[in-house]
Amino acid sequence: MSLPTLPLDIKRDFPLLSNPKLASTFHYLDNAATTHKPEMVTRAMDDFYRFGYGTVRRGVYKLSEGATANYEGTRKKIANLIGAESSEEIVYTSGSTQSINLVAYTYGRKFIGKGDEIILSQIEHHANIVPWQMVAEEVGAKILVIPCNDRGELDMEAYAKLLSRKTKLVGVNHISNALGTLNPIQKIAAMAHTVGAVILVDGAQSVAHCHVNVKELGADFFVFSGHKIFGPTGIGALWGRMELLDRMPPYQRGGDMIQTVTFEKSTFQSPPHRFEAGTPPIAEVVGLSSALDYVTGIGLDRISEHEQLLLNYATKKLSDIKGLTIIGQAKEKASILSFVLEGIHPHDIGTVLDQEGVAIRAGHHCAQPTMQRFNVPATARISLGPYNDYSDIDAAEKAIRKTLEVFG
Amino acid sequence: MSGRNDLYQQVILDHNKNPRNFKVMQAATHECDGHNPLCGDQIRLYVKKTADGTIEDISFNGNGCAISKSSASLMTVAVKGKAESLARQLFSEFHKMVTGELDPETVTNQLGKLTIFSGVREYPSRIKCASLSWHALLCALDKQDKASTE
Repeated sequence: MSLPTLPLDIKRDFPLLSNPKLASTFHYLDNAATTHKPEMVTRAMDDFYRFGYGTVRRGVYKLSEGATANYEGTRKKIANLIGAESSEEIVYTSGSTQSINLVAYTYGRKFIGKGDEIILSQIEHHANIVPWQMVAEEVGAKILVIPCNDRGELDMEAYAKLLSRKTKLVGVNHISNALGTLNPIQKIAAMAHTVGAVILVDGAQSVAHCHVNVKELGADFFVFSGHKIFGPTGIGALWGRMELLDRMPPYQRGGDMIQTVTFEKSTFQSPPHRFEAGTPPIAEVVGLSSALDYVTGIGLDRISEHEQLLLNYATKKLSDIKGLTIIGQAKEKASILSFVLEGIHPHDIGTVLDQEGVAIRAGHHCAQPTMQRFNVPATARISLGPYNDYSDIDAAEKAIRKTLEVFG
Repeated sequence: MSGRNDLYQQVILDHNKNPRNFKVMQAATHECDGHNPLCGDQIRLYVKKTADGTIEDISFNGNGCAISKSSASLMTVAVKGKAESLARQLFSEFHKMVTGELDPETVTNQLGKLTIFSGVREYPSRIKCASLSWHALLCALDKQDKASTE
């Protein structure tokens, strides 16, 4: 059987993955945790530090003006990437986790009150659970959970029953990091809006793997992390509808987020700057900017097609292994494959695979409620990226079979 | 890449498959839970100690990875019938060995068979797995409620 030709062949853009000493013996399959960086990203950051470094939004000299133009221009790139109306709706954060915390601390504490309800899904990352627990405890609100079926798909009928006038916010991931489920955000959002609730979409796993348009999705807030889209760590974004951002109080306070300060009173900037206190991670924004150029240069539709072909291949290969169960078999799935082997702890799978040169994640994936739902302490997880190819899957399959031999 | 045998040696695989002293003990004088939040390893350790400080009986149950399970199994074998003071010494030596502070090949020690876990020092993410049951033992002997590797 001949395999369909993969649309992408880009390992050469990634120094670590194309290192001749490693290339044939190392297989990186932990892209849901973090992605590698193409050379152009690290070079852009290096060039910025060497030749273009300056602060942003403060200096009257050329270096600062150049840095500011790049910094503000990257907002536009992000807005274009996710289909946002304007770059003013893009707030820089350190990543998805901080983005969600920002919404919880500002929107949550102001607009969610005693007796109100927050609806989350059973397959959320801890980052989209714990901040809402803080809000719920503080204001006296309640958290309700949309259950999922055995395939890892959300139960939309149950969701419909949870919605009421008390619902103030729905928090759901676009793609589950533990199962790969692609959630029907359009429907979930439309239903949330019928009761007047807003919806926050955790896009940490989607933004680098499929086409995202926040307006088509019907989202009110959307968050993602730069390091999962080939950019540096420490930078990410929050998108929110301007009407909402405009009503939100500041998150952290300090320099740059103010209009005027006296000892009696301070007034604050409009969004997005209201939410960005202090000198931001400027070089990281430069890196993110370059990463977005890289992704849009390839095209998310091609990335998505590439990863779906690999996912199908991997799913078939793994399904043939006796004693292996795939956890998360949603009809609509992204390039994440969680699995368990009968009688072998996922951490042992992870260690043997590492010994065979295959890097995967083993653990609860910061999604303990998901693990509890499927009654496993942990899973082993293969997550694909656009630089992966059939050889990476073959290596993983071989190493899984070796694991079975070792523990047989 | 090679080196698998450094970690998953035959004795470890055997104790993982057929753990010794793997049962609930009704007559325990000391008990403690050990929990490794990273992997979800969860064990309960039971000790029956005599008045003169001898570990007359010891057992464990729960679930975890091969390293934590085999380590618990080999630990029970090593300390059963021994003085509490020796168990405490073994804890200290074992901990030093898996964290790379004690090389059992060059430093005199009481570890015996337990040196099979010396390979763990090459796998930093697995050190907690190997030492979980030892922390639970120390906790049980100290009559505390919970052991954690955190």
